[in-house]
Amino acid sequence: MEGYIHSTESYGTVDGPGTRFVIFFQGCPMRCQYCHNPDTWAYNINERRTAESLLQEYDGLKEFYRDGGITATGGEPLVQIEFLTELFTKAKEKGIHTCLDTSGILFRQEKRDIFDQLMAVTDLVMLDIKHIDNAEHQKLTKQSNVHILEFAQYLKEKNVPVWIRHVVVPGITLQETYLRQLGTYLAGLTNMKALDVLPYHTMGEVKYENLGIPYPLKGIEPATTEQAVWARDIIMDALKEQLRKEKFGA
Amino acid sequence: MAETMQKEWEGFVGGTWTSNVNVRDFIQKNYTPYEGDESFLAGPTATTTELWNQVLDLFQKERENGGVLDMDTKIVSTVNSHEAGYLDKNKEKIVGFQTDKPLKRSLQPFGGIRMAEEACKAYGYTVDPEISYIFKHYRKTHNEGVFDVYTPEMRSARHNAIITGLPDAYGRGRIIGDYRRVALYGVDKLIEDKEHQKAVTCGTMTEDVIRLREELAEQVKALKALKAMAQRYGFDISKPASNAQEAIQWVYFGYLGAVKDQNGAAMSLGRTSTFIDIYVERDIQKGVLTEEQAQELIDHFIMKLRMVKFARTPEYNSLFSGDPQWVTESIGGMGIDGRTMVTKTSFRYLHTLENLGTAPEPNLTVLWSKRLPVAFKKYCAKLSINTSSFQYENDDLMRVTHGDDYAIACCVSSMRVGKEMQFFGARANLAKCLLYAINGGVDERLDAKTGKHNQVGPKYRPVEGDYLDYDDVMAKYTDMMQWLAKLYVDTLNCIHYMHDKYSYEALQMALHDRDVKRYFATGIAGMSVVADSLSAIKYAKVKCIRDEFGVVVDFEVEGDFPKYGNNDDRVDNIAVEILNKFMDMIRSNYCYRNGVPTTSILTITSNVVYGKKTGNTPDGRKKGQPLAPGANPMHGRDTHGAAASMASVAKLPWSNAQDGISNTFTIIPGALGKDSQVFVGDLDIESIKESLD
Repeated sequence: MEGYIHSTESYGTVDGPGTRFVIFFQGCPMRCQYCHNPDTWAYNINERRTAESLLQEYDGLKEFYRDGGITATGGEPLVQIEFLTELFTKAKEKGIHTCLDTSGILFRQEKRDIFDQLMAVTDLVMLDIKHIDNAEHQKLTKQSNVHILEFAQYLKEKNVPVWIRHVVVPGITLQETYLRQLGTYLAGLTNMKALDVLPYHTMGEVKYENLGIPYPLKGIEPATTEQAVWARDIIMDALKEQLRKEKFGA
Repeated sequence: MAETMQKEWEGFVGGTWTSNVNVRDFIQKNYTPYEGDESFLAGPTATTTELWNQVLDLFQKERENGGVLDMDTKIVSTVNSHEAGYLDKNKEKIVGFQTDKPLKRSLQPFGGIRMAEEACKAYGYTVDPEISYIFKHYRKTHNEGVFDVYTPEMRSARHNAIITGLPDAYGRGRIIGDYRRVALYGVDKLIEDKEHQKAVTCGTMTEDVIRLREELAEQVKALKALKAMAQRYGFDISKPASNAQEAIQWVYFGYLGAVKDQNGAAMSLGRTSTFIDIYVERDIQKGVLTEEQAQELIDHFIMKLRMVKFARTPEYNSLFSGDPQWVTESIGGMGIDGRTMVTKTSFRYLHTLENLGTAPEPNLTVLWSKRLPVAFKKYCAKLSINTSSFQYENDDLMRVTHGDDYAIACCVSSMRVGKEMQFFGARANLAKCLLYAINGGVDERLDAKTGKHNQVGPKYRPVEGDYLDYDDVMAKYTDMMQWLAKLYVDTLNCIHYMHDKYSYEALQMALHDRDVKRYFATGIAGMSVVADSLSAIKYAKVKCIRDEFGVVVDFEVEGDFPKYGNNDDRVDNIAVEILNKFMDMIRSNYCYRNGVPTTSILTITSNVVYGKKTGNTPDGRKKGQPLAPGANPMHGRDTHGAAASMASVAKLPWSNAQDGISNTFTIIPGALGKDSQVFVGDLDIESIKESLD
């Protein structure tokens, strides 16, 4: 079968372990205000690619990826879960490390068996928790975070290694209350292997201009590294506090 | 040569090197590979800092003075032309300048008197009229010789910039003397060896034999001059160096003699760090040298190399984007026996970037191998991040051809030290050649003087019709490249014949074996423009736009086409095909002195100037826009990330571009990986919980 692919990046160093071949899937139901890839939102446009042709592209560059692998991102790769599963299945046949970068938004309990098939061929999930507060999540992404957190619990049950990603936007997610709330939640994710706090940047703004879409975060300054470090420390602090509570009681 | 151990060699392991000039054998028998990290290194001494501040002050004055501090307009520079010069005689551990004063530029008219005059004039100096008169009336120069024999076709190709950057008015450079020989053997032994070579160069006096005998005689004279030059500084280099300081000083004298003798386009140093390390180790073992002192010697040596300057014209500087000397020093690499060639002194050389601060010269070049010691790799990476001041070359690739005692001349030209040299060959503009193929040898630009197009190449049948047809263009291009390759090689033959005749590198060649392998280097500019243009013609539709003379001067591209730099075989194979074809065409021509033809794709700076002189191309590049540097994809056309871009370049076969393929690569630090400040990896909730109290 074929999938709609926005583009590929041959030298991905920030989307999973090692140097990776990054595949940007086309189509996404979320409308995150800080999204830097609005060109991947629309469904069923751009190039149609087979899993074989993507893996062939990977193959020609595999020397670069000895400590890396493939990352599916987007867009929301789960939009094309059938194609994604086929791609990862064929990748695993070749011994390639597979990583799924997702918001988890399309997870449904009733579709567990489909997700089971995908997880059987997924080595790592990078789960992007946009906002821990559901009301704020809806404002930020036009979607509820209920299914996202359900997906997190599902991954925990299956013990799939997870990296949690969280973008800190000044005035939105870069707030102590929410960061603490997130940390408390993460304390329950025993399958979490890394925490990746990403400072909001404005590099996507020009794409909105090109697409003629108003930029929702106009005027908001990018977050600094210092702010990201601050946010990470708060998350980790809340996480430990929660664990302490669990260990020693409140 | 004597077969006994000299007293200066005490403590060294003997071998064939004691009876024959064989620096590699000496290194292999005596060096100490170092697999550790940089923690042993010492910072700069007070003296080093003091001297370096003095140098920085001079650099500042040089800039304030409009680019040069002072120029010699009267004394013609030769190996032994000048009195000794110092910064601060009592403080300098390594001494010697090109003239009697630091940063005073020397007068080097053998390449061409006009170039020397222009260089002086540009900075408000005038060459002594008597010197000018002598070089115009009594002593012919390389430049005059070349222009005496150039054909009208060669002049036209040069004028219209299809062959560019030819070393016909300046020194060709790209020759590395084995300066280590001076230290290991002392000059007397080398003279003795050269005398012997001359004695056995006899028999029938053919032109070749006569020339070689004359050259060997010149080499002996140069070595004698080198001895005299060192004498002015109070050193007797007739004998081998007996300690680390002498070894470095002797090596530097050899190099200094070379830069006094030649104002070459690239005056590279070679591969000296591991050689010098043997002397440093011996002194440290003996207890006569501390780490701090060892580093001071290296710092002072590098300081001197940073002060090598030539008198050059503003045009020359614009071609090379600055005033480079290409004092390239090759560091590291692996030995063919599997041991690393990295020594503590390899670290010490790189460490100068920390002790003295960053600098473009000397051009420190790390010979990179997958098998280099990890600690060395890490140190390189750290210094690269902090200083951006050195380059990497693929040792695993070059070692197969050159063994483990080769070095880089200029930026990428590899040669075995003391055994191989190169005739530097500038480059042919293959992008312009494609336009010639389309226009039947007519240059696409209007001649400023006549207001018309020049017929530069042969009057082959130009392209007809509105749209370009791939097979038609390829056939015409092949014919035009055939013409260009022959003209190019013939032009270089003229140049190198005259350079040997009027500006022979006697000292540098004295530090070579008698029978050297001569690479006949050529070069290619515009590779990615050619690949993309042919791809556009093949996969899209390219419409020709002609001017009032009927010459195609612009193109309209309808549709998309694969672009070089995306690991797409459809276009990458075109680049490979063009390279292979052109190299075969170069090979089919006679090369001066049985030179072994090679080519390079490495226009790191001059691509800007070449682009200025190249009209609109079928890939959509507009006239005057720079060509991509070296073998780089055109700017912005590699849309699949760095690995795909590099993979396209890596398809070009080095065997057909043995003089080097360069890929200028810039990346923002954030794109190299996660910021370790923020990212928390190796998380494990359970163990965090356990550790809590």
